[in-house]
Amino acid sequence: MTALCEIRGLSVTYRGEAAPALGGIDLDIHAGERLAIIGESGSGKSTFARALAGLLPEGARVAGHMRWTAGSSPQPGRDLGFVFQDPTASLNPVLTVGEQVGEGARRHLGLSWKAAHSLAVEMLEKVRLPDPERTAKAFPHQLSGGQRQRVAIAAALACGPGMLVADEATSALDMVVQAEIVALLGDLVGAAGMTLLFITHDIALASGFADRVAIFRKGALVEAGPTRAVLAAPEAAYTKTLIASHRDLATPPLIRAVAPLIRAVAP
Amino acid sequence: MTLLSAESLAKRYAGGGVTALDGVSLHLSAGETLGLAGASGSGKSTLARVLTRLVEPDVGSIRFAGEDWLALSGAPLRRRRAKMQMVFQDVLGAFNPRATVASVLEDPLRIHGIVPKGERARAVAALLDRVGLPAAYAGRSIRAVSGGERQRIAIARAIATHPALIVLDEAVSALDVSVREKILELLVTLQEERGIAYLFVSHDLSVLAAVAHRIAIMEAGRIVETGPTARVIADPQSPAARALVRAVPRLVIA
Repeated sequence: MTALCEIRGLSVTYRGEAAPALGGIDLDIHAGERLAIIGESGSGKSTFARALAGLLPEGARVAGHMRWTAGSSPQPGRDLGFVFQDPTASLNPVLTVGEQVGEGARRHLGLSWKAAHSLAVEMLEKVRLPDPERTAKAFPHQLSGGQRQRVAIAAALACGPGMLVADEATSALDMVVQAEIVALLGDLVGAAGMTLLFITHDIALASGFADRVAIFRKGALVEAGPTRAVLAAPEAAYTKTLIASHRDLATPPLIRAVAPLIRAVAP
Repeated sequence: MTLLSAESLAKRYAGGGVTALDGVSLHLSAGETLGLAGASGSGKSTLARVLTRLVEPDVGSIRFAGEDWLALSGAPLRRRRAKMQMVFQDVLGAFNPRATVASVLEDPLRIHGIVPKGERARAVAALLDRVGLPAAYAGRSIRAVSGGERQRIAIARAIATHPALIVLDEAVSALDVSVREKILELLVTLQEERGIAYLFVSHDLSVLAAVAHRIAIMEAGRIVETGPTARVIADPQSPAARALVRAVPRLVIA
């Protein structure tokens, strides 16, 4: 597979911090793949996503390099779309949904307001929002959390970027909505042949979805590889722990089958 | 023995006219965990707030520990609150940000007159020990501990008043999986030791599968299904329950 980006020795230290948030990362991102970056809080997974997207805050020191095969770094908003965890914070509350979905296309593609509006409506339809014409005129607070995240995805994809970074894009949503959004992301990315960087704390969510996984812990890359290989035969002890601490409906319960006091009064 | 029973609770929020609760009845035995699952907006948090008297229902009745819970007010209600505690998802938001761990734990001991002043430091140390934290944590700022530790402190505060029921509203949803597992184990152990009942609100059925004896599924302000945990998960009857079961991510290994 062709590398879209070769990352070597990447370290990031935030302003005022002594220790790096991310250190010595070597990782290739392949064109057209779904790569899941998996880690708990403090693992550096969001820092990695932001470094890649050029979205680090001012004063952050970056060492090492990211070599993009295309020659230059992707332009955020145009070549690279970003979906954040909390659509309530990432969407502008005073712009209509249509305005913000079309805004990037106006700026980066030089579309007129009218053309940007038509594109926005088309994008809202693509993310399967009901009645796109009407939704385009709504404000973010008039939508549900799941609908707002669909709007954020529509905005991120409006310029037709080659790469989408989704940073915990479903973790503020309830599970039913999460499943819908993950399916939507998979369909959209697949249809457009885009590269997807899927940042998550949930190894199970990634397991059913990603081509490759990279496990991060405390600012370091623990291991990376094809999803099935890593999950079936994890090399790092930490990956084994993550797999073992996963809980789903088949995991044995922590309680005994009957409540203690009920058991006490039963004959 | 029924600890809590609610009949036909309804709540409509002013303004939007949204019906948050639409005729909800439930019961909970002493020492039992009832899991309350549902999508966002299904009314589960409103129900938790109505049961804890943070929100007043428009109609309906609640009996708790043999009393008419909605008839209580003022000092008698404050006294009885010791028996029904609550733990929220966002513990930092629930604590005074300038508080120390000791002050967070001393408040209920003082307010409910549980431990005389001279013995409070020792009681705080015992509470910290019970939730698996070192006694030295007492002097720390509540902001200077990790999210998982803060949730342990919230649990310590809840058990300080020897409650019969703790309402947990998405209490483990914001935690990393390894931390979450430890908190769930702590809650189960405390229940076995002390016979505390839990009303465990979560949108994540895998959490409820671990800790709940029974599960109630909410949708649009109503309980649409209720039953033993294993039955609801293996054979969900309502569309809402089926959607929740389907939505739990499975670890795909091969």
